[in-house]
This record gives sequence, structure tokens and C-alpha cells, in this order.
Amino acid sequence: MILKARFLFGRELCSKEVLNVGASDLMSDILAADSAGSLLLTGLTTQQVIRTASIAGASAIVLIRGKVPHQAIIDLAREENLPLLTTPLSMFVASGRLYMHELKGLDNGR
Amino acid sequence: MENLVKTFLIKHRDFIHAGKASIEIKNILKALNTPPDIIRRVAVCGYEGEMNVVMHAQNGRLNLELSATKIVICITDKGPGIEDIEQAMQVGFSTAPDEFREMGFGAGMGLPNMKKNADRFEMTSIPGEGTTIKMEFKTGDRK
Repeated sequence: MILKARFLFGRELCSKEVLNVGASDLMSDILAADSAGSLLLTGLTTQQVIRTASIAGASAIVLIRGKVPHQAIIDLAREENLPLLTTPLSMFVASGRLYMHELKGLDNGR
Repeated sequence: MENLVKTFLIKHRDFIHAGKASIEIKNILKALNTPPDIIRRVAVCGYEGEMNVVMHAQNGRLNLELSATKIVICITDKGPGIEDIEQAMQVGFSTAPDEFREMGFGAGMGLPNMKKNADRFEMTSIPGEGTTIKMEFKTGDRK
């Protein structure tokens, strides 16, 4: 697997192909771009990450640097039906690996 | 479709619940078969508005109004108000303290993003009293 990520929730929900990735700790940046269907890569582990992903229509969230959030956050991901993963990689390395695998940025940037 | 009016209360510093109203609105619109692009724009605007109240005001309310041709979101708060609206609308301008930036907000993106996503955006503010933002989204003829 590209990101060496493990699921905290929602393995069975991941059937759709993801073509775009947004990597940011700034939720407003995710909300300001066209994030529908994208993967959200972030170091934030608050409720707002799940709500931002849900409202922006992201398909999944990957937390960087092996972060495992509070159980309440995992429960919120379940409530929103949003797959939540954690990768041991840093934001830079995770982004670089995804870029090497032909993934595009938000708004289809490359 | 029948008209629908719903009000959500928003509390200062309630980060646990901030965004809940917008998620509920998203679900209401989804159940009414609103086009996904409109749902996303309405939810983004509502969410940015909720975060603004949570971060800056004492308390506020978000009012949702659905009619046959449009969706109206009105967010009113009791709070410090905005002295210079033109400055507040600039991308990157923010008065939010660092603790809110650590939560991924308060970077001066919210208001311009709301204006960009709404078909109509109006903001009025009285310094020392509060701010009202009204946003309209055209839906065409919803069945």
C-alpha cells in the first residue's frame, strides 16, 4: 500500500477510486477548494476534521505521523460514514508518494 | 416541495458541536434530492458561518429557509461586530487568536469563501452589537 496506512474505521466503505488529494492542516483551505470525492491528508485530529471532510464531500481521511485520535473522533467518522486511516508517514512523504502514483491535487492541480 | 424553516443555535467556543447544524442541513437537502453541488456550497457556507460565531461571537443562530426556488441561510450573532467590512472580506485577514488556527480555522478564508459559494451574499454589522450574514442559493424548480 502506498501510504502504509491502517484503517481506524471504514475499511469496507472504500470501494471507490480516489483521484484527488488535499493535504492541509487548514480546514478552510479544504473548504475553499473543490474537495468532492478527494482524500484528505491532515495532521489535525479534532472533530472539525471529520465535519470538514463530510461537508466538503471528501471520500476518506488519512491522519499523518501515525496519529490515532480520541475515540470520540473515530465515533464521529463512523456517524458520518467516513473512512478514517492513519499512516506513519509525514505529510511531505505521504503527499510525495501519492503524487508519484499519479494522484492530482484539489481542483485537479498537478 | 413545501417550504421549510429551521433554526439552529450556536454557542461561543462550542467546538465539540460546531458544524453540526451544517451537517444536518446537508442531510436535509440530500433527502430532498438537491443537486450535490448546491448541497456542498450551502454546507460550506453554513459551516464557515458557524465557525465564525463559535470563534468570535458570544452566541448566535443560523436560520435555514427553503422555498421552491431558493435556499436562504441567515446567520445572526451577538458579538463584537466588524468595524471594517471591506478589510474583513480580504483573503487572509483574520482577528482570530492562534488557538483557533490550531483547529484549522481563523486564517482569513471564511468570509471570502462564503461570498464565493453563495449566489447572493449580504453582511451587515454593528460594532459592539453583532453581525448578520444572509446568503442565498438558487435551486431552480425543485420538485
